[in-house]
Amino acid sequence: MAAGAAIATGARPMTRAARATRYALLAVSFAFLGLLLLAPLGAVLAQALAKGFGGWLASIAEPDTVAAIKLTLLTAAIVVPVNTVFGIAAAWAIARFEFRGKSLIVTLIDLPLAVSPVIAGLVLVFLFGAQGWFGGWLLDRDVQVLFAVPAIVLATIIISFPYVARELIPLMQQQGSDEEIAALSLGARPWTTFVRITLPKIRWGLLYGVILCNARVMGEFGAVSVVSGHIRGVTNTMPLQVEILYNEYDFVAAFAVASLLAMLAILTLIAKTLVEWRSQTVGS
Amino acid sequence: MARGRIVAPSPLPGFGLTLGFTTFFLSAVVLLPLAALVIRAFEIPPGELFGLLTDERALASYRLSFGAAALAAGINAVFGFIVAWSLVRYDFPGRRLLDAMIDLPFALPTAVSGIALATVFSPAGWLGGQLALAGVQVAYTRVGVVVALVLIGLPFVVRSVQPALIDVHRDLEDAAESLGAGGLQVFRRIILPTVLPALATGFTLAFARGIGEYGSIVFISGNLPFETEITPLLIVIRLEQYDYAGAAALGFFMLATSFLMLLAINAVQGWGQRRLGLVAGR
Repeated sequence: MAAGAAIATGARPMTRAARATRYALLAVSFAFLGLLLLAPLGAVLAQALAKGFGGWLASIAEPDTVAAIKLTLLTAAIVVPVNTVFGIAAAWAIARFEFRGKSLIVTLIDLPLAVSPVIAGLVLVFLFGAQGWFGGWLLDRDVQVLFAVPAIVLATIIISFPYVARELIPLMQQQGSDEEIAALSLGARPWTTFVRITLPKIRWGLLYGVILCNARVMGEFGAVSVVSGHIRGVTNTMPLQVEILYNEYDFVAAFAVASLLAMLAILTLIAKTLVEWRSQTVGS
Repeated sequence: MARGRIVAPSPLPGFGLTLGFTTFFLSAVVLLPLAALVIRAFEIPPGELFGLLTDERALASYRLSFGAAALAAGINAVFGFIVAWSLVRYDFPGRRLLDAMIDLPFALPTAVSGIALATVFSPAGWLGGQLALAGVQVAYTRVGVVVALVLIGLPFVVRSVQPALIDVHRDLEDAAESLGAGGLQVFRRIILPTVLPALATGFTLAFARGIGEYGSIVFISGNLPFETEITPLLIVIRLEQYDYAGAAALGFFMLATSFLMLLAINAVQGWGQRRLGLVAGR
């Protein structure tokens, strides 16, 4: 639709003033985005490769960095499926039914996006820290939650669970449920209806939500930073490893890890663009 | 919904299961943790809580967090609008690529944006070196905080304004032009009124995100108490000092602010819908 508007502009004759405005505004846009988006991205790549490809590879292969990559992948492998199940369940309840308290539930789903990630870490300290609500109970049983993997997973869930739900709710509201009702009235079982009718209808929106959720999960810094304890090789995720290396002035290594995360971001944008393009051409 | 009923009747299955799971999940992941924070904050005697919230260092951090977020959202309102305009109204090589790039700040981990900006804008960096010659220091100053927040807030403004710009009635612009209106007049009388609600929404979203931002700021700001220390960082510092009461007080303050921002975002969107409804029904 943006392309249509732009083509319409191209079709109309432009006055000299309009052409001058066009060039001025395009120049401002390019300069602004160049400074803000391209310069930092270029800096990441340039710094990461400052000692050549060999230096980059050596930085990635450091045992602590490999451990950080593994922890980030483990976290994503737990958190993304959990958030996906939540997103589908929440969207089904909210988009398909009318009930009291719906707007409260929608607000609670929106809340993590409005709250500082630091708060998501802080609340876990008050729950699971030595002086927290469950701290004593956990201590008695010798279960480590804070400054360990469970707290990293929980903090990541808190800041990332809305993404799939927020993608699916408007989509499912707009699609309606006529096909599902038809299938059920013809005798299909609820689970069959969901797998055969609903899932194919929502698959692009679902994929889109999962991609966004995964990017946020793998890149989360503030929430995880509060609860991780920063134990090298044990509780450092990739973004935390970036921080440690950077603060130790090991810039090549810091930017090497950062370049992996930047590549993830670029892949996310490509996937997002493809999914958008796909869902527009297929037509939802 | 039918009056007096809690659930409207529906032939679809799975309501109890999905709503039950949703409610359980939200209770465990949002309500219980936030309750722990609020209760911890209210265990502090009121006088002491007030003292923690209005301590000089905390006040300085609010001024920076709110001031920089507002300034950055304002800068984004201007430049984000120009970018959205360029993407919607002009066709140029690389337009789709540029359009896709707008979401980079969403996708790029904040720690990566943080160290990248700190490197580019440090006095030894590409841009920082040029700016230092002109006597402007960005890294390790409040300017750096604003720069980081402009980056983080950009997609909120562009993605809010883009659909609104597409919806502007081109025939109205043509009519105004054919009646002799200048470009600026068309902008002020036709385009701006239609886009204003979306611009206000984008500004509020960027502002709300900016208040809570942490990762992209801590690398470029220098983190000097009273000078370049944002409120989320002060919470982290209080925690590291085992000052749980101080952290709880500031955390509670930021949580309350987030609620207010959510209300503000809803109010701005409601205002926009009513306003556009009036415009459409003219």
